Amino acid sequence: MLFTSYEFLGFLAAVFLLYYLIPKRFQWGLLLVCSYVFYFFAGPSYLLYILATTATTYFTACRIGKLGEKQKAYIKSVKETLSKDERKAYKEKMKGRQWKWLLACLLINLGILAVVKYTNFAISNVNGLLRIAGSAKQFGFLDIALPMGISFYTFQALGYLIDVYRGTVPAEKNPFKLALFVSFFPQLVQGPISRFGDLAKSLFAQHAFCGKTVSYGLQRILWGYFKKLVIADRILAGVNTLIRDTDAYRGAYVFVGMLFYALELYADFTGGIDITIGIAETLGITVKENFNRPYFSKSIKEYWRRWHITMGTWFTDYIFYPISVCKPMLKFSKFARARFGEAVGKRMPVYLSSFAVWFATGIWHGASWNFIVWGLGNWAVIMISQELEPLYARFHNRFSVQGKFGFKLFQVIRTVLLMSCLRTFDCYRNVPLTFRMFGTMFTEWNWRILWDGSLLRIGLGGLDYILLALGVLLLTAVSLLQRTGSVRDKIAEKPYPVRFLVWYGLFLIVLLAGAYGAGYDASQFIYNQF
Amino acid sequence: MKKRKMIKIAGTAVVVLTSLYLLQRLLVPKYATDVVEGALIAEYYQEEKDHDVIFIGDCEVYENFSPAVLWEEYGINSYIRGSAQQLIWQSYYLLEDTLRYEKPKVVIFNVLSMQYNEPQREAYNRMTLEGMRWSVSKVNAIRASMTKDENFLDYVFPLLRYHSRWSEVGAEDVAGMFDTPKVSHNGYYMRVDVKPAENVPEGRILADYRFGDNAYDYLDRITKLCKENGITLILVKAPSLYPYWYEEWDAQMEDYAEENGLLYINFLELTEETGLDFSTDTYDAGLHLNLSGAEKITRYLGEVLVEKTGLPDRRGEEHLSEIWEEKIDAYEQEKEEQYEKINGSDDNGSASFCRMRG
Repeated sequence: MLFTSYEFLGFLAAVFLLYYLIPKRFQWGLLLVCSYVFYFFAGPSYLLYILATTATTYFTACRIGKLGEKQKAYIKSVKETLSKDERKAYKEKMKGRQWKWLLACLLINLGILAVVKYTNFAISNVNGLLRIAGSAKQFGFLDIALPMGISFYTFQALGYLIDVYRGTVPAEKNPFKLALFVSFFPQLVQGPISRFGDLAKSLFAQHAFCGKTVSYGLQRILWGYFKKLVIADRILAGVNTLIRDTDAYRGAYVFVGMLFYALELYADFTGGIDITIGIAETLGITVKENFNRPYFSKSIKEYWRRWHITMGTWFTDYIFYPISVCKPMLKFSKFARARFGEAVGKRMPVYLSSFAVWFATGIWHGASWNFIVWGLGNWAVIMISQELEPLYARFHNRFSVQGKFGFKLFQVIRTVLLMSCLRTFDCYRNVPLTFRMFGTMFTEWNWRILWDGSLLRIGLGGLDYILLALGVLLLTAVSLLQRTGSVRDKIAEKPYPVRFLVWYGLFLIVLLAGAYGAGYDASQFIYNQF
Repeated sequence: MKKRKMIKIAGTAVVVLTSLYLLQRLLVPKYATDVVEGALIAEYYQEEKDHDVIFIGDCEVYENFSPAVLWEEYGINSYIRGSAQQLIWQSYYLLEDTLRYEKPKVVIFNVLSMQYNEPQREAYNRMTLEGMRWSVSKVNAIRASMTKDENFLDYVFPLLRYHSRWSEVGAEDVAGMFDTPKVSHNGYYMRVDVKPAENVPEGRILADYRFGDNAYDYLDRITKLCKENGITLILVKAPSLYPYWYEEWDAQMEDYAEENGLLYINFLELTEETGLDFSTDTYDAGLHLNLSGAEKITRYLGEVLVEKTGLPDRRGEEHLSEIWEEKIDAYEQEKEEQYEKINGSDDNGSASFCRMRG
């Protein structure tokens, strides 16, 4: 069931009605049933994977939780008799046992993810190496389908488990509640990757019907559909044309494709998240924001703090920090400081940890080299920016442009262009081809295509461009308005006729200008694939 | 306070529903001047329903038989419920739909659609199904006809299907929002221009000539429905030279007719008897007949109907005669206009007509 299908809208309406009609204490139970029904439609066999992840996570979290409780009770009971060192030794022993449980569960779940998502990637690499070595031996690929949202729910479950291990959240005693946390259907498709501490309270709470909340949720859903159907799916035809025919569309076309893809991805992903958050909101559930106007960022580092926020913080909390402070890294840091000096030595652990994070970010997005190179490309840009900071400081000392509108605009455009350049790895999905196509921007001088009508022959007509331009203007205007508070709040303050015109107008725009139904290539949300 | 709220909700609902309805009326294709075949099915409902003969089938009925001739020469009141590439299950459900309004004495089914066992194209489905009034028959017809990319909801709310037509809305759409002009003469689509049949291609060799089970199933259903309602079913194959009608197909139809005690007329084998001349009686090189050809085979059919089914001559019925008088006037007028158009153009008039192949 795609978010953009009639079936999904029907399903949603049924869930909504039942949710507010049944006794409130059954609400979360209903959501669990609906989430599994939703997942069943994605593929009945996929249920096995999500059940396996839920069961192992539940069991392990309970074990870790019990060990924690046992430790606390024991320490309390022997507080007077044991010395501080003995208590510390006992705690370490118990932590070690908890760690073993955690490790086992991590291995099982990351193992499932690795098998279904990365086996064929590994096989293709081994086959490539065998070919280079001159061997005729080639391994066959596994015929295995990637369960919907596996990267999202696996990370969400593991995040919860690590939080239990760290003692940040208690282990959930009710397996069905944990199952709902892992499988909550609106965010199953493309995130956000929620934390148990953030989501659980409102997810399991009893919600009375609140007109304002429901209306705000519906408005958010509508805004999401606007982004997805009017912008992302409309520009998709152009993006596909430009990407698929790499012989015909080179030079300036690559530049155009790069910008179009950046717009498509933004509208598609943020639109999907708007729909997710909006659905949750209509049910009275608060899901964490995943974007904060990322295309207004002034640097790549800032961009990643504002784009796919829940994934970024997941990697930071569960990969970057643990690697930065693990014993081998501390030893290496000591060694590096001694060997390369204080300045370089203290950076090395950060750079290595960041490298791990960006490698993981890349491969999380897809099992292919283009994603890994894209991830590491981000890492390289961020590291270079950091290294160039003294240079920037000297520049700003000499020229007082800092904080001025023109310079801020330059920074924003630079960030968008840099991000778009890096995203070309995502477009062409082939590393050498991406480099070649990128190179044609400088070797094949055909910039006249920007004004000679060539862009009207890539699957987009004049009306499409007008709609897209108006769509981008609206996105920009809304983003600017958001800087001073919620746009929905601002609209809600207006008289009823104005509110009606705004929201019904938006509905009509989606209805009439949305790229859906026959004649359009219905597309999945891009992040479904991750 | 509560009253004000109720008024606000009711007012909003009225504005929303009215605007959506008007938008839908504006955006659905009108088929008034372009691809007029799309308007044929809906026209039936404007008729006084007292027909002796109902034709069902694809373009081979609505282009090859003229109800006006049946009336003028035999006093037979007939109507063609034909549409472009009408599939056999659509013919069945259209017959079911027709029986909700009237019970004809004879149903004539053109068998070309036996070649299709599965749904074909959305554009043709739309032209047949959208004109039907809502009923269980329509629902079943939609369900039987949808290709895998189609969605039932798009038929219920055509606005969802035609939402992007706003970029091509013209004066015809505005004018035709509530009233579309008649395009047929009792379901007959008139063409008077001539394009002789030359070099008619042979049919390509097929792997299997047997009609599909689904097609046979619906033919059985049509036969059964007619029997249950005391209607004489006549199977015909109109004399269109292309799409090719294979001997193997013909044999199957002959066998079926014999097994079920039906009359089967293959007009392709009756060119001498009907007097058809494919150098003058077709407007598209043998695919469909023009007016001259249609009138010739209708005369032959009229003889058969009188002889085999004993249909009475109803020209003496005053009310019916009055209705037909108007229809014949319109028929003659269009004939005249089309001939004038042809005589006024250098290209035999073909460019003035726009149609899809049924």
